[in-house]
Formats: sequence, structure tokens, C-alpha cells
Amino acid sequence: MSRADGRIALRVEDLRVHYHTERGPVRAVEGVSFELYAGERLGLVGESGSGKTTTAMALMRLIRAPGRIESGQVQLGDLELLSLSDEQMRQARFARISLIPQGVMNSLNPVMRVGAQITDTIQAHQEGLTREQLQERVHELLGFVELDPSTSRMYPHELSGGMKQRVGMAISVALKPQVIIADEPTSALDVVVQKRVMDTLFRVQRDLDAAVILVGHDMGLMAQCVDRLGVMYAGRLVEIGPIQQLLEQPQHPYTRLLVSSLPSLERKGVFRGIPGITPSLLDPPPGCPFHPRCPEAIDGCATRVPELLTVVAGLDGNDARHRQQAACHLHTGVDV
Amino acid sequence: MTRPSFGAMARQQPQLTAGLVIVFLVVAFGPVGSVFVDTDLSRVGSAAANTSPSAEHPLGTDAAGRDLLAVMIAGTPLTLRIGFIAGAVGLGIGTLLGFIAGYFGGWIDTLIRGAADVLMTIPGLLFLVVLATSLQATVTVNMMALVVASLAWMIPTRTIRSQVLSMREAGYVQVARLSGLGDLEIIARELLPNLLPYLAASFVSAVGAAVLASIGLEALGLGPQNEPTLGMTIYWALYYTSLLRGIWWWWAPPIIMIVLIFVGLFLVSMGLDRIANPRMWKTP
Amino acid sequence: MPANYLVRRFAVFLIIVWAGATINFFMPRLAPVNPIRERLLQAVSFGGAGKTDMEAVVATYEAKFGLDQPLWKQYLRYIGDVARLDFGVSIANFPSRASDIILRALPWTLGLLTIATLIAFAIGTLLGALLAWPKSPALLHYLSAPLLALSAIPYYLLGLVLVFALGFTLRVFPLGGGFALGTLPKPSLSFAIDVVYHSIVPALSIVLSSVGFWALSMRGMMVTVQGEDYVNYAEARGLKSRDVFIRYAVRNALLPQTTSLALAMGYVVSGAVLVEVVFAYPGVGTVLFRAIQTFDYFVIYGVVVMVILAIALATLILDIVYPLLDPRIAYKR
Repeated sequence: MSRADGRIALRVEDLRVHYHTERGPVRAVEGVSFELYAGERLGLVGESGSGKTTTAMALMRLIRAPGRIESGQVQLGDLELLSLSDEQMRQARFARISLIPQGVMNSLNPVMRVGAQITDTIQAHQEGLTREQLQERVHELLGFVELDPSTSRMYPHELSGGMKQRVGMAISVALKPQVIIADEPTSALDVVVQKRVMDTLFRVQRDLDAAVILVGHDMGLMAQCVDRLGVMYAGRLVEIGPIQQLLEQPQHPYTRLLVSSLPSLERKGVFRGIPGITPSLLDPPPGCPFHPRCPEAIDGCATRVPELLTVVAGLDGNDARHRQQAACHLHTGVDV
Repeated sequence: MTRPSFGAMARQQPQLTAGLVIVFLVVAFGPVGSVFVDTDLSRVGSAAANTSPSAEHPLGTDAAGRDLLAVMIAGTPLTLRIGFIAGAVGLGIGTLLGFIAGYFGGWIDTLIRGAADVLMTIPGLLFLVVLATSLQATVTVNMMALVVASLAWMIPTRTIRSQVLSMREAGYVQVARLSGLGDLEIIARELLPNLLPYLAASFVSAVGAAVLASIGLEALGLGPQNEPTLGMTIYWALYYTSLLRGIWWWWAPPIIMIVLIFVGLFLVSMGLDRIANPRMWKTP
Repeated sequence: MPANYLVRRFAVFLIIVWAGATINFFMPRLAPVNPIRERLLQAVSFGGAGKTDMEAVVATYEAKFGLDQPLWKQYLRYIGDVARLDFGVSIANFPSRASDIILRALPWTLGLLTIATLIAFAIGTLLGALLAWPKSPALLHYLSAPLLALSAIPYYLLGLVLVFALGFTLRVFPLGGGFALGTLPKPSLSFAIDVVYHSIVPALSIVLSSVGFWALSMRGMMVTVQGEDYVNYAEARGLKSRDVFIRYAVRNALLPQTTSLALAMGYVVSGAVLVEVVFAYPGVGTVLFRAIQTFDYFVIYGVVVMVILAIALATLILDIVYPLLDPRIAYKR
């Protein structure tokens, strides 16, 4: 497969993150690979424990002991993130790839004014800016996210949840990164505020021509917001593809169950949950991790781990954005 | 999983083990010592005064002619007794109050918590001074223990109360309620076992506080006058200006013993804390 | 900062002082025989030059607190006296007033105590913070064990050891007292130096003994704070680790550390009082000690109330300073 015209913002290959506990390694992320194109919005959805947040953290190299990135490659433009030194990675954080963490509410320093925390971020990467320049930049950023400039003098506890989320957004774009990871940016907010916050995020993204990875568990939100969606289960990427295609024709049984649990105006009736419980990541079931709960499991599901294969090739073979891939023995995959 | 041997457990908890060993040695010092040394020698006038350590009197004698080794052997258990009785009584009262405050809440909680907070701000020693001077009767060792216990209950109360508060709302209590267990059963079966580490830690801190308070009172001269407790020994040492006269063997042994007691108790409480809060001890 | 916060804090202050005074009032009356009365009668019966004056004191005492008065009346009188800092007369040093004796000694205690405590707090907190920083020199970690051991020793006992080592054996420092024996206090540089010279060992014993406690406490706070989300987020944003350490971790850990300073007041004072006894330092502690030995009740109670007052005041000050450190507090209703 030939490289696309340099419009791949981020390429992740075979990422593995294990947590080394007393009882053995917990395989939080097991061989996740995907590409992220400039300007696109990729959703990463899954239940708690599916590895989506760990993946996001790993991209920023924020995994702490006892967790460890065991292997993999993360190519961000000309940088291979996993092989950078600590200092180089520090410089790359928020300058090349940034994060809006889950619960920005608790992520702001309670004893520092909001503006100071924004300037902190800027100054950690750019020296030599005068106070006026910094001040101007802070007001500019706050304006991007539709916050009044006076917000910069406030302390975090004086802001509402939505406002704090916007501050998180402002910080994440302060240094104009190429990739923004948003980890459940709206889970603590009510629906009305949610929509406004997401609208702001995407407007900012467009202005910067950055790519966004949206991590979450709300399929409904994903359906409205993203271009492509990746579905994670038990630390693996089980399906990935353009959102519309995925919703209409999910290829992996897990995705099918997820989609069928979404209410919509057309489909009314009884909604099924997914029976069973999430597998232990310490001692995962052999073969496909989903097979104990899978209604369509066949022979071989319990013994061999399925690879992520292209099920539906896109119109343009070289552009992964139209491809739908699934890791399931039900599909044998097509050549691209 | 096979039970780890004592040796393995001891190595895993070095502070706790070391602390317990020290405390044990101090506790054993009295009884074991009295087998070898005649405790009658701790009485006034039993030997020549102010002699420095020698073979006959390994720790020398004081201004009143008491053999100091005998004094130490007779006195250490007394101080320990004060500490443990006061600690136990203080813990008992504190646990009861803390429990009531945490479990029932409301104005009882406010009252108990308020009393504990106010009394904690007031320096305990002064309070004890007032108490001791007002009572004016001849103070015995057991009375000292009770007097000191009046100060040892506050910290256990707070600790137990906050534990009970957090446990009251915890899932397993709700579940127990739902499954029909009565209040008392819940207390006995669910709450108490989880309280044990905190009870143990509170006991240790109560004993420490009690020993500290009793020594403080005694050093001021308010202790049991005729008993050779460690604090009283120091008091007499100061009274007879042993500092100026260089009679270091008088006040040094009690101090060493006191230090051992506190270091031992401290290690035990550190060890217990490590068991209760393993995360705090991961070195950064 | 909002007025009602100040009002509430001041109310707490008053309650504490009131509680202390009340306990003082009821204590002697709990005994089967009122010890104050006994002591006064004793002083009278020894006779001598002050006999008629002592009888006058007894008469005043009977009039104010005599058994014929209803308890509540006695109590109110007592509270009134306390509010005016009138603690009565010293029985042992008749006719000096108790409050005079105490107030003369108070500056010595306050000076020694405040300075020593602040030094210990500053050094201890700094040490504790450094101990929690992964990049601090390993040497520091070896310090923590001996510091902990030191903190297990009560102040005054450490003082005893120090005075012996530094004063008696090495003869570097004086054996006690606030200033050289036989000199009179006067405002001059040489006297000031003498005072400082005499306070070094007492201060040292307070500092050495409490540094370990503050260091351990700060280290504990730092460990907790370093696990907080805002520290992780600060690192995520690519801030330099030194900035994260100082502005995000230490700054937040200081808050509970300051609170524990307020809570430790009572303990600090108790220890200091005993330190004074060991060093024959002319502060409130020595006054108390002598009063205990002579059963000079009015002085004893006076000291207790004054000390409680001082502690409550210090706590009040800290309560007022705290919102300056933590912007969240001023806004809590």
C-alpha cells in the first residue's frame, strides 16, 4: 500500500500496553493499529476497560508504572513518539499532540488562576514571550472557545463545568498541535451544554486543520460527531470504518450489538443489552476475546485470535478512510 | 496460596517488626530484670549516694541512695502500665464516642466532634496540670493512668468517627441492610472487622500520647511521688540539680528508655499505617 | 474576604477561651475540699508580715467565691475577672498579682516558641517536599530515618540531652536561664546578644524535635497531591517537572500542611513549657512550674487561661491567613 500524500497525521502500529501487577500483566491494549488523517475526526468507542483511554494516554506517553508501553510505533509526522527521549516528548506534548482529559473539572490547579494555567502551557514550550503577548494570546484562545476574557482572572472553582471544559479546549489548541485527543469531553455535562461544547471543539479543529480523536462510550454522540469510528473491546480494535457505513452495516458481532442497542426514530421496540460481562484483561479468554458473549461464534473463535482485516474496500484503495475493517473470523477479508 | 512464613512476613514489614521487637524488649525489661536485680535497691537509702556506675551498681546511684538500675527495672513497668491502661481506656472511650458520633450523626455528632476539637486545641498538659493540682490527693499509678486517659480519647474518636462515616455509606453496609441484618449484626460482622487496623493504630497512638502526657506531668512533679516511674525519676534528677553536678547516669537511663518506648511505638504505628495505606509508601 | 467568615472564626476563638476558663473554674470545685480555700488558709496560718493582708485576701476570696454564694454568681464573677485578665493574687509571691507575674514572663515564651516553631516548620516543610521529589539527592533520604527517630523524642528530654552535651560537657552554651545570672534586663545590644545566646539550645531542642514531624507530614501531603489529576494534567501539558513540582504540587500540599500547624499548636506549647523548665528559661513554663510546687493556684489558673488565649489567638490568625493561600475558602458560605 502506498503512502497517502502526507495527509496522514498519525499512524499507530501494533501498540501494546500492559499493567504489571502482582498477579501478572493486565493486557490493557493488545496490538492496536490505525491511521488518523489530517483534519478528520476519529471516534474510539468501547465499554469501560476496553482500552480506549489507555490508548489515548499511550499516544501522549502518559502511562505510569505499573503500566508500560510494551511495544508499538506511533508516528506523528516526522516524529516517532515512542522512541523520543523524555525531554523531546515533553516538548512534543501539547505542541504537536494535545489532550483534553476526561474530567477537566478536576484537572485544573485549584490555587492558580485559569489564565496563569494557560500561560504555563505556552511558556513551557515557547520562551521569550512578553507578558503582553501572553496576555493577548490567552484572550485570543478564550475567545476561540467563546469565553469572556475576564475568565482568565478567575479560579477554577468559579467556573461552571461547561466553562472548564472550554478552558481545557483552549489549552489544547494553544500551541496549534496537529492532533487533539478528546477523552470523554462531555460525559459530565448535560445534553444542551454537550452540543455547544462539541460544536466549539469542531469549529476550533477546523480552524487549525487538526485531527481529533474522540474517545468515549456514547454511541449516539459518536454517530453525530465523527467521520470514522473505531470500536474497541478487551484491549483490541475489533472494527473500524466510516461512521455511516458502520452504523448501517456493522461487520463485527460486537458492533452489531452496540448499534442495535441505539434507539432511533425508525426502530422502535425492545432493545437488547449485551449479555455477559467484560472479560478479565489479566486472564483473557483464548482466541477472540469476544467469543464467550458472541451470538455468532463459530469453531475457531475460541482458539485463534482474529486479525483486523479489510472487509469492505473503499472506492480509493489507497485511502484508508473509506475502508471498513473488522477482526472477526466470520470475515475472510478482501484485498485492497 | 500458602501462608507466608513469619520470616517472610517480617521482612515485608520491617518497621512493624522492628517496632514490635523494641516494644517487647521494653516490656520484658522490667519482669526479666527483676529476676536478676533486687528491686528493694530502688528504695531510698539502700546504697551510698551519688556514686557513678560501677560493677556493684551498674547504673550508679542517685542523691537519695537508690540504685538506678533497680529504679529502672522497678519503674519502667509502672510507666508502661500507665501508658497501656490510659491508652486502653482512652481507646475504649474514643471508640465508643467515635462510633456513636459516626453512626448516629446529627446533633450527637456535632456535640461529640465539637468537644473533641475544642479539647484538642487546649494543650492537654495544662489541662492535666489543673486536674492534678486540684485533686490534691496522693496520686497513685492507677490514678495517673485515669487522669491521663481523659486526654487520650480525642484522636481515636476522630479516627473511628471518620471511618464509621465512610463505611456507613459504603456499599457493603447497604447490602447488609437490604439482606435484613439488624443494626447490631451489621456493626459486629461488617464494620468491626474493617475497623481493626484503625483500632490498632489508634491504640498505639493513644498509648504514645498517654506516655507522653504522664511523663510530662511527672516531670513537673505532679506524678505519684513515691513510685519510681520514669517521669518521676527525671523529676527527682532535675530537683537535685543533677545537670549542674554532672550526675548524668541519673537522667540518661530514663531518657534512653523513654526514647526506646517512643521509637518502638512510632515504628509500630508506621508499620500499621503501611498495612492500612500501602499506596502512601511507594517511594516516588 | 466575607465578613461572616471572620465572625465565625472569631466566635470559635471565643468558645475555645471560654471552654478553657470554664474548665478552670469547675476543676477545683470538683474536689471534696476546695483546694484554693485550703491553700489560702494555709498561707494565713503561716503568719508573718503579711498576715493581715492575707486575711484580707481570704476575705475577698470568700466574698467572691465563698460557699454561701450561689454557683452561677461565682461563675459569672469569675468570667468577668478572666475577661479583664484579673487572675487574683499570687499566694506564694504575695502581694504580686498573678497577671503581672505571667505577663512579665510571656514575652520570653512567645519569642522562643514562635521563632523556634517557625524555623522548624520552614525547614521541615522544605525537607518533606524534597523527600517527595524523585529527583532530589539520595543523601536526603538517609536523613529521614534519624529525623523520624528524633521526632519520637519529647522536646524537653531532647533539651536535657542537649544541655548536658553542649552546656555541661562541651561548655559551649550556657546551662540555662534566659540571660546571664546576675545581670539586669536592659535594652542594649549586648543584652540582646546574651538573650539570643541563651536561647539557642532551647530553640535547638524544639527545632530538632519537631522538624521530623513536619517533614514526614509534608512528605505525606506531597504523595497525595502528586496523585491528583491536576498534577497529571500539568505533566500532560508538557510543563517542566520542576515547575510542576513547585507550582502544582508543593503549592497545594502547603494547604493541609498549614492546617496541621494550627492543629499542632497545643502540642507545641505543651512541649515548650517543659523545655523552659529544663532550661530554667524565664518564661511562662517556669512560672507554672514554680506555681505548681507552691500550689499557687491563682497563678496556675492564670497561666492556663493565658496559654489557651495565646493558642486560640494563633489559631485565629492562621484561620485568617489560610484563605489567602486557598482561594476556594473565602467563597464557602
